[in-house]
Amino acid sequence: MGKSIEVHNLTVSYHSKPVLWDVDFELPKGKIIGVVGPNGSGKTTMLKTVMGLMKPDSGYTEIFGQPLDKVRERVSYVPQRESVDWDFPADVMDVVLMGRYRKNNLFKRITKEDRRIATEALEKVNLLEFADRQISQLSGGQQQRVFIARSLAQQADIYLMDEPFVGVDAATEDAILKLLRDMKNEGKTVVIVHHDLQTANEYFDWIVLLNTRLVAAGPKEQVFTKELLQEAYGGRLTVLSKLGDLISDTEFPLREPDFKEDQPQD
Amino acid sequence: MFDLVLIKVLFGTLLLASSSAVVGVFSFLKGESLVGDAIAHALLPGVVLAFILGEGRHPGYLIIGALTAGLIAHYGIAFIEQRTKLKSDTAVSLVLSTFFGFGILLMSYVQRTGQGQQAGLERFLLGKAAAITMMDLYVFMGLALLLLLGVALFYKGFQLMTFNEDFAAAIGLPTGLIRFAFTVLTVLAVTVGIQTVGVVLMAALLITPSAAARSWTSSLPRMLLLAALFASAAALGGTFISATLPKMPTGPWIVLVLGFFGFSSLILAPEKGWLARRKRATSNRNKTQRENLLKLLYGAEERAGEPVAMTADAMVDAREAHYEGLTMTLRNLKKEFLVVERPDGFALTDMGRSEGRRVVRLHRLWELYLTERLGMAADHIHPQAETMEHVITPEIEALIVKELGNPEVDPHQSPIPYEED
Ligand SMILES: Nc1ncnc2c1ncn2[C@@H]1O[C@H](COP(=O)(O)OP(=O)(O)O)[C@@H](O)[C@H]1O
Ligand SMILES: [Mg+2]
Repeated sequence: MGKSIEVHNLTVSYHSKPVLWDVDFELPKGKIIGVVGPNGSGKTTMLKTVMGLMKPDSGYTEIFGQPLDKVRERVSYVPQRESVDWDFPADVMDVVLMGRYRKNNLFKRITKEDRRIATEALEKVNLLEFADRQISQLSGGQQQRVFIARSLAQQADIYLMDEPFVGVDAATEDAILKLLRDMKNEGKTVVIVHHDLQTANEYFDWIVLLNTRLVAAGPKEQVFTKELLQEAYGGRLTVLSKLGDLISDTEFPLREPDFKEDQPQD
Repeated sequence: MFDLVLIKVLFGTLLLASSSAVVGVFSFLKGESLVGDAIAHALLPGVVLAFILGEGRHPGYLIIGALTAGLIAHYGIAFIEQRTKLKSDTAVSLVLSTFFGFGILLMSYVQRTGQGQQAGLERFLLGKAAAITMMDLYVFMGLALLLLLGVALFYKGFQLMTFNEDFAAAIGLPTGLIRFAFTVLTVLAVTVGIQTVGVVLMAALLITPSAAARSWTSSLPRMLLLAALFASAAALGGTFISATLPKMPTGPWIVLVLGFFGFSSLILAPEKGWLARRKRATSNRNKTQRENLLKLLYGAEERAGEPVAMTADAMVDAREAHYEGLTMTLRNLKKEFLVVERPDGFALTDMGRSEGRRVVRLHRLWELYLTERLGMAADHIHPQAETMEHVITPEIEALIVKELGNPEVDPHQSPIPYEED
């Protein structure tokens, strides 16, 4: 089986302070994969970089063996729920329809087919009766499901979701999980950013343990060991965080982004 | 009264106000109300330079000058934000004040050389709707059309970029192009706008209609329409007022009428408006007083170990409450068969007792929750529980009971009274 995501020697920073250091891993296709690590460990940053929303200082990422731009229509992205203002004047259907927006239909009207697909997506997350509801009136769990429906409407092959279980009640959590397993059975790849250790072992087939640097990546049986978890969750990585401050203070330049070409492939 | 000048001014302000309102909706929703203001100030040097080079105020030159200055300012702000650690509002004000200062400098130069006095460059500062010419009107019409078409064309892009920019970028929308289009539209709107209401009041023309419209609707298309309607009404109203009263400028009147719409919307809007909020507050207060009276009677029964009655005076003494609304509340409680009036005062019915018990139970459960779960000291919890006993719903109550494992007594060792069944 081929690879879904490849991350090569990735270093990413905010205001020249690195929050991901030389992260390098490959993910399989057709699995539910958890990106797990404590808060502030760089999970969101990693996802954003894979989605091309942040430029790495060095390294690169590929999806299905190609740069993102070549496969964009096969990739779906669910941002963190708190990253948007839910007071925005839109109803549930409006938001799910956004999953049908494409570069090549930006100036075109929404079609009947788009509506059909959006309706189907709403049905899958059990929100069809809320289609006309203002998004500001939804509970946290419902808002999360709206985001998932929007991503389903993209009809992609790989789904990257940032903390889809946060602020969600137990029943919704089960429903989302079932949905993810259905997607996996259809051969889709699902990558979930998740910070809760309790449930990670149960939810995922494959785990990436992250804490500013890569702690481990692999099948969960191999990764979910006491030593590795301790390494990811126990204590702050003082050396790296001190070094990060130093680099930020001195504005020391990191390697250039085009490092891929310069690097001898061995 | 209906002379040609008035009709010209009416038509011009109407076009201008409604089209800039539509563009302003997206700035308002993005929480970038200041950016329109910044661009308005930043246009000044472009407009004045165009005035000098174009030998007078030919609208074509003015627009090109304004557009250039506006775009430079916009990308200047973005550049500063990217390259420095300055906060966005700092970058905005930095660019705003620099450009505006430069514009004023140019203006005083023009004024000194005597070019400016006839055409009145100061119209860009305070606006001068009465000076609208036929030529201006054609340009306004063209621009208004352009703005509306632009918003219609880019509707999906503007909507998604405003709501969730990361997602727009993630699905590969041309975010740079969309932002550029939006900036051009904003600059165009401001260019026309400052000729009517001036630099200083321009922000009001962009943002106030949106603020008013948002109070009434939660649908983006309807909000766009409403903002345009509010702006048009303000343009009409402002123009008429200034035409009726001698020597009154149009621009400030338009903005004043807009402000009136804005404030009345904030007051009258359903749910979020001041009136609706006040109504809710009153109803909450009534609920609180009702439940407090029932609780008081229940507490008295608990101490006495038998049904008791209390007079209104005794209630006031016990609760240290005011008479205000007490008679009314008691009358309502009587009507709902929660209390009965006896010769010696008011006493609980079975229904009232159950309700009073519920309030006491919630109070004690919450006190226990605060000490057990949030580790608060027992002498600090009473005031909090006084509020929460009126807020906690049956579902939350069930959750608390479950989480605390069906507790028997509160932190002060008073029993928690469950409904016996
Ligand atoms: N916009 C930002 N500006 C500066 N620092 C940021 C920004 N976003 C995140 N960070 C920092 O980067 C680190 C990683 O953040 P993030 O990727 O959001 O972690 P996670 O998703 O694992 O909680 C954190 O230390 C956070 O404080
Ligand atoms: Mg995160």
